[in-house]
Amino acid sequence: MARISLSVDGQQVTDDVEPRTLLVQYLREQLGKTGTVVGCDTSNCGACTVHLNGRSVKSCNVLAVQVDGAEVTTIEGLAGEDGSLHPVQEAFRECHGLQCGYCTPGMVMQAVDLLNENPSPSEEAIRLGLEGNLCRCTGYHNIVRAVQHAAGTTTGTTEGASA
Amino acid sequence: MIPAAFEYVAPTSVEEALAALAEHGDDAKIIAGGQSLLPVLRMRLNAPEWVIDLGRIDSLRGVRDEGDHLVIGAMTTHHDVGQDPLVHEHALLISKAITHLADAQVRHRGTFGGALAHADPAGDLGAPARALGATFVAQGPGGSREISAEDFFVDLFETALSDDEILTAVKVPKYDGWGATYEKFVRIAHQWPIVAVAATVRMDGDTIAEARIGLTNMGSTPLRAQAAEQALVGQPATEEGVAAAAALAAEGTNPPSDLNGDADYRRHLATVLTRRAVLSAAGRG
Repeated sequence: MARISLSVDGQQVTDDVEPRTLLVQYLREQLGKTGTVVGCDTSNCGACTVHLNGRSVKSCNVLAVQVDGAEVTTIEGLAGEDGSLHPVQEAFRECHGLQCGYCTPGMVMQAVDLLNENPSPSEEAIRLGLEGNLCRCTGYHNIVRAVQHAAGTTTGTTEGASA
Repeated sequence: MIPAAFEYVAPTSVEEALAALAEHGDDAKIIAGGQSLLPVLRMRLNAPEWVIDLGRIDSLRGVRDEGDHLVIGAMTTHHDVGQDPLVHEHALLISKAITHLADAQVRHRGTFGGALAHADPAGDLGAPARALGATFVAQGPGGSREISAEDFFVDLFETALSDDEILTAVKVPKYDGWGATYEKFVRIAHQWPIVAVAATVRMDGDTIAEARIGLTNMGSTPLRAQAAEQALVGQPATEEGVAAAAALAAEGTNPPSDLNGDADYRRHLATVLTRRAVLSAAGRG
């Protein structure tokens, strides 16, 4: 067992973990933060995306021992304390950027990272930026619109998405 | 899927890491960014007793200017190398290749040295390293030594690094003013390249003065397309001028056959992608 101390969604936590414990497993099983989901388990799908020291990573592809001393933000740490949604969450709701919703936590976390780096991305930049996130429903169109909406780069009405 | 149990150590200096490696030898695996190793451990294709993490060694991170070449620390993430202004100015081919490497999340975590030491022939950094004539700096119990890119890649997932050595940095000569393009052919987003071509070109007016071309996934190691490079010298940067030289791109290669395409298909791809990459690097794409 190894002792780790880190900040998760703004709260300091200290735990003993086995070195082989994956970050996603630690978040879900030890901290109960089941908002971060396991999709493919092969580091392809991006459903488990969280922010590690401010940058997006696939939490199934990081060991919990590697994040000792780090700052982790999950989908559960995005909304305000009063429950008000993060603008990207709000945009996904507004544009119906989901179908079954399984990929949504990872999509939202990656979209936040993408907009942090490039606040006004083109549609192509959004599609490239979300390259590591798969939607099994193939609902990419509205996901891209949601990111555009959050960036304020949509023009005209949100076609195909009822407000 | 969870890895088999292992012991973990995260040294804070190269010396400590080398000592851990000497102590645990065959039972140990080095983890850099872990973006290739962790899937392997999760699928239990490998089950080391010890994992030695280089992530706490700050001296292995960053890009430095050392006169006629850059030094890229082995633990610098793909994202940081890709965004680095020195790399963009002096080794544009690396910046270009990194935009095609995996996806944003993997680029935030994966490292330049880790990917090269993994030596996957379908990895996106080997071809630029070969094309640019990079030098690999390895540190072992007896000190450090330098290995040319040509000698570094030995075979599929095999490098010239000894079991008791760690890749600490990669030196890249400066190619100021050279155009560069990485042409990667995939069927779906963030797939390993079926074939990719890394081309960098120095122009003299409308004529190609020099060209350096690396090939990804055209054999068990990244390769140089030397016949095409030589044929490009003095050619006009036109479709016809480049196409004849690019037709030589697959010469001397022994590409794999798999579900994505057989060897002949890959040879054809190499010629097409070389033509596109060279024209684009010459500013004519």
